[in-house]
Amino acid sequence: MATRPKTNDSRLLDIDAKARWMRRRAMEMVHAKKLGHIGGDLSATDILATLYFGVLRYDPERPDWPGRDRFVMSKGHATGVLYTALCAAGYFPENWLDTYMGPGSRLNGHPNREYLPGIEANTGPLGHGFPIAVGIAIAGQLSGADYRTYVLTGDGEQQEGSNWEAAMTAGHRRLSNLTLIIDRNRLQQGARTEETVGLDPLGDKYRAFGWDVTEIDGHAHASLLDVLGAESNGPPRCVIANTIKGRGVSFMEDRAKWHHGVPDDDEFARAMKELTA
Amino acid sequence: MTDQPKQEGLFDCRKAWAMTLEALARDDDRIVAVVNDSVGSSNLGGFQKAFGDRLINVGIAEQNMVGVGAGLANGGRIPFVSAASCFLSGRALEQIKADVAYSNYNVKLVGQSSGVAYGELGATHHSIEDFAWLRALERLTVIAPADPWETEMAIRWAAGHTGPVFLRLSRMKVPDLGLDVDGQRQFSVGKARLLRKGSDVTILATGTTVHLALCAAEDLSHAGQSAQVYSVHTLNPLDEATILENAAQTGAIVTCEEALVRGGLGGAVAELTSANTPIPVERVGFQGFQKTGPVDWLFEQNGITAQGIAEAARKAIARKS
Repeated sequence: MATRPKTNDSRLLDIDAKARWMRRRAMEMVHAKKLGHIGGDLSATDILATLYFGVLRYDPERPDWPGRDRFVMSKGHATGVLYTALCAAGYFPENWLDTYMGPGSRLNGHPNREYLPGIEANTGPLGHGFPIAVGIAIAGQLSGADYRTYVLTGDGEQQEGSNWEAAMTAGHRRLSNLTLIIDRNRLQQGARTEETVGLDPLGDKYRAFGWDVTEIDGHAHASLLDVLGAESNGPPRCVIANTIKGRGVSFMEDRAKWHHGVPDDDEFARAMKELTA
Repeated sequence: MTDQPKQEGLFDCRKAWAMTLEALARDDDRIVAVVNDSVGSSNLGGFQKAFGDRLINVGIAEQNMVGVGAGLANGGRIPFVSAASCFLSGRALEQIKADVAYSNYNVKLVGQSSGVAYGELGATHHSIEDFAWLRALERLTVIAPADPWETEMAIRWAAGHTGPVFLRLSRMKVPDLGLDVDGQRQFSVGKARLLRKGSDVTILATGTTVHLALCAAEDLSHAGQSAQVYSVHTLNPLDEATILENAAQTGAIVTCEEALVRGGLGGAVAELTSANTPIPVERVGFQGFQKTGPVDWLFEQNGITAQGIAEAARKAIARKS
């Protein structure tokens, strides 16, 4: 898969199938291990499915290929969605997912690029991935490489000051090869973002920093594919993906307790039924 | 290895840093510099003139600066991230830990004007905690060169080594240390340089204090006591074999550094010897936050002088049972 996929209907079918599989598999992993961040996994699933199966240029046989598009997972706690995406993309066999967060597993609680192929940075503490992505984009700009750099942050994560340092640098340098995606599910660990430290108007903030801002439904694959796959020669792009934390499981949707809540056996059965429907 | 003769005079090692980096950058276009509005204080005006967009100024934003360094390494560059050591090591400590050391990216962190170089500016601008914070990080090679030659060697090594490095540089003028005791100069990362032979006590010095340790050894010799002196330019990995050999042979150690002794070279040597070869260890350096004052005065107040080191050596010798 060393060329960027084309935007077409068959691609959308694939994204849909992969997203369904990723949600179910992440739910199984979190239930089995009784650890994880299922709410954020489910809010970001459609974003990662669209990137990996509709947008990114990569080759799982050559994870260090210098020409690969980069995806930096700044919200490193959402490993359920990241690991299932990398697995579905062919970076490692499915049975590795069964070791999720087990003693000494490669599937660490937060991603480690030396444990697993396809990971660009060891994130976890918030506000780290975005500056790293800026550096990757600058490297591409310096050498005239045609790879693109995508970074996903949570919305609560935007409260970390390092993001705004990175936003200033990227805006100043007009990094057209950089796309920031914000998983705007409006919930952070403890409460709503707007009740904690409000982020709105988030788009205006990025516009003021010199970014091209687009707001979309972060679960609509066709919109995600159009926006994330578009060519850009202008300023860096900020895509505010409006999402629902816990998306796909009715009793988990939009509830802070599912940030790192773990389903019991009954909840798991109900969740799987909804995710299989 | 080289037998380059000793140069007379006193040197600001930032000149050696800048000249070496420019020379390396001419031959290797992967080398870039990343700064936080610190072009002047990092002495990188010449680099900027010669290489233009390979000098990346992220503004006054140290967390971003270190993250950008890791990203540049991801993109195949060899970034030298250069900033005042107090801000680089303090403000960006979590980025150094997670983005550079733990992510194992090929980033070279260059702490400028370390120690108490900004004497009068006070404790916020002193960088005496950097050894303690950074030598704790696995994989991060920590080097504090003592003179212009060690500075050049350290930078050349860092550029050729694949992995994270912290270079702790100073702006304090220091003499050229000259040859090792064997008549050559040998810079080998992780290996202390033997600069003077002796048998009563071992003085392990690093960075700007090495020349003071040599003066102290000379003073001690007039009183009939002989001190073995090393430049311990690498704090991580520490040259444990040499230190333990010396602990066994001379039975007393003095450490000297322009840094906090808690967790610094003094802490490292105390850790090592107490677990393996318990002997008297006297630690010369700073004990805590420093008041405003010129660098020389701060050194004198804290006994970081030839006399202070000699006194510590006499104490260590007296403590031998």
